[in-house]
Amino acid sequence: MDLLQTIAVVLDSMIRLSIPLICAAMAGLWSERAGVVDIGLEGKMLVAAFASAVAAFVTGSAWIGLGAGILAALALALVHGFAAITWRGNQIVSGVAINMLAAGLTVILGNAWYGQGGRTPSLEGAARFGELTLPFAGWARANVPGLGLFYDEVVSGHAAPAYLAFLCVLVTALVLKRTRFGLRIRAVGENPAAVDTAGISVAGLRYGAVAICGVLCGIGGTYLAVAQSAGFLPHMTAGRGFIALAAVIFANWCPWPALGACLLFGLLDAVAIRLQGVTLPGIGLVPVEAIQALPYLMTIVLLAGFIGKATPPRASGLPYVKER
Amino acid sequence: MSAAPVDLPRWADVALVPLVSVAAALLVAGLVVVGIGENPLEATALLLRGALGSAEGIGFTLYYATNFIFTGLAVAVAFHAGLFNIGGEGQATLAGIAMAIACLAVPALPGFLAAPFAILAAAAGGALWAFIPGWLQAKRGSHVVITTIMLNFVAATLIVYLLREIIGKPGSMQPETPDFSAQAVLTPMHQFLAPLGIDLPSTPLNTAFLLALMALVAVWLLIWRTRLGYAIRTVGANPRAAAYAGISPAAVTMIAMAISGALAGGLAVNEALGVQHRLVLDFTAGYGFVGIAVALMGRGHPAGVGLAALLFGVLYQGGAELSFDKPAITRDMVVVIGGVLVLFAGALDGLFRRLVAGVLRIGGGAA
Repeated sequence: MDLLQTIAVVLDSMIRLSIPLICAAMAGLWSERAGVVDIGLEGKMLVAAFASAVAAFVTGSAWIGLGAGILAALALALVHGFAAITWRGNQIVSGVAINMLAAGLTVILGNAWYGQGGRTPSLEGAARFGELTLPFAGWARANVPGLGLFYDEVVSGHAAPAYLAFLCVLVTALVLKRTRFGLRIRAVGENPAAVDTAGISVAGLRYGAVAICGVLCGIGGTYLAVAQSAGFLPHMTAGRGFIALAAVIFANWCPWPALGACLLFGLLDAVAIRLQGVTLPGIGLVPVEAIQALPYLMTIVLLAGFIGKATPPRASGLPYVKER
Repeated sequence: MSAAPVDLPRWADVALVPLVSVAAALLVAGLVVVGIGENPLEATALLLRGALGSAEGIGFTLYYATNFIFTGLAVAVAFHAGLFNIGGEGQATLAGIAMAIACLAVPALPGFLAAPFAILAAAAGGALWAFIPGWLQAKRGSHVVITTIMLNFVAATLIVYLLREIIGKPGSMQPETPDFSAQAVLTPMHQFLAPLGIDLPSTPLNTAFLLALMALVAVWLLIWRTRLGYAIRTVGANPRAAAYAGISPAAVTMIAMAISGALAGGLAVNEALGVQHRLVLDFTAGYGFVGIAVALMGRGHPAGVGLAALLFGVLYQGGAELSFDKPAITRDMVVVIGGVLVLFAGALDGLFRRLVAGVLRIGGGAA
């Protein structure tokens, strides 16, 4: 029973650590399926974390925080769209710019407003997303052996944006696969000229995808600052936007496999935290850094075609030029 | 980069467009300063006085500029080959690791060999860490942008592990190596110039600055005056045409990345060998990313990179002084300016070229 409990706790922390990754991965997926490469996921999550923490602190409402987070990330997403779609600039360069802007601005504003080296004051009560207990969680734990424990520990007891994140995966998968809009998004990432010929606006679709990307990054960043932590810390995204990017590549730009990759990377993170300072027989002190580096190494190996093959959308990274 | 190229006179292309984007970026920074309730003009005055108002300030400014020259050149060389190396941070980290291992493994080299040995080790470490993505792109088809990003994080975890477990100072809780031997470390500039009768205040500026100036000249020679440089530019302009001309894009990709990584290693030379005299965690401190702004602003030309590095040196040193007087304006302002510059001079290049062309046309029509 003790082992089961440990597994349940690790899985619970896997979910918590995966949520920002899942949001950012879905965000990246939308943008890249439409042909706009986005390495600015990190920056968008960071501004969302900052804006949501500030708004939640000022208004005392976590939901208003979520709204502010989404708006902030959306604003940066539109900057990326303006550079990448309207001005056909280099999408990588624009992403780098967004990451730098976010890293600098959040600390400056946070420091100027609150004078705590960039932190925002800690959030309490309704200013933070509390843990939701799903129906029957306590009952199931008491009465259903094994599964009840997992239901209570792993499935139940997360903040509202966490469930929202899973909903986003479902919606992303359905919309991309089953709707006309989703088909058009995928088409504009594979062959924008064909979409243009059909009389549909390439720029309009791409802006739509970039905006959805911003909204999703906003949810992920808000989760970090207002649910997982109780406020904003400088550079708190700590590379999660890039791990999400890795997850998208790992999943070959498909929603359900991307969810799987995020959960896997979240699990690695949870295990690394769990094994910090633990001595295992035969290995000695566990080199936690090796586990932390795994998502990056796995992505490099995958991209190099040593296991499987990554096939990005064909028009990704290419600005669309209408023939004149 | 814009799909509909705007024809500009050469002087406007090399000087006016970058100047306009710098001015616009500084304007945005000024708005941020206003936004947090400070006076931008006063801030600018404090910044300039802090960076250039004293010999000490100038020394610090040039010391920071040294870092930006190396990271800017690293990005610029890769640009010429059509490659975007975002891995400067990771490459500098690996350079630092290689240098530390070299210094600690062979501590008893005679003086005239120790420093060059350490510098070569740094260059080799950086080159190796950049060669990997180069090789992966050339031979396995994975994009350097993604692999260099991933390798940045791998390097960041690797240095934590190594400093704690392998090359860390015994008995110290700080993530740092023992001090390098006195023969290996670089001479501070005020000591270097003292025998010539030049009296300078003590600053972190060291002989790595001279190395950076040499790197500027060497990169110019390499890109515009050698066969390899021609090959690099050809591959950057059109890889297929290069292949028809008998140049191997794969080989050029790998070589250009290795050179780029070796240049990024200069950051480790200046910081670890020149100032700290040991390897500390996080010595790269974002210089690698600002290097992208430096390269874009300098248009990939060593002269431009040198000027852009000087500008960022001024911003860095002046920013540090400014934050003493105005605690609200932290040095993160430099990162914001860097970000806006990358956006304006890089991604929105098309917009700024169009703007400049428009202004020139109006000017021309009026004259």
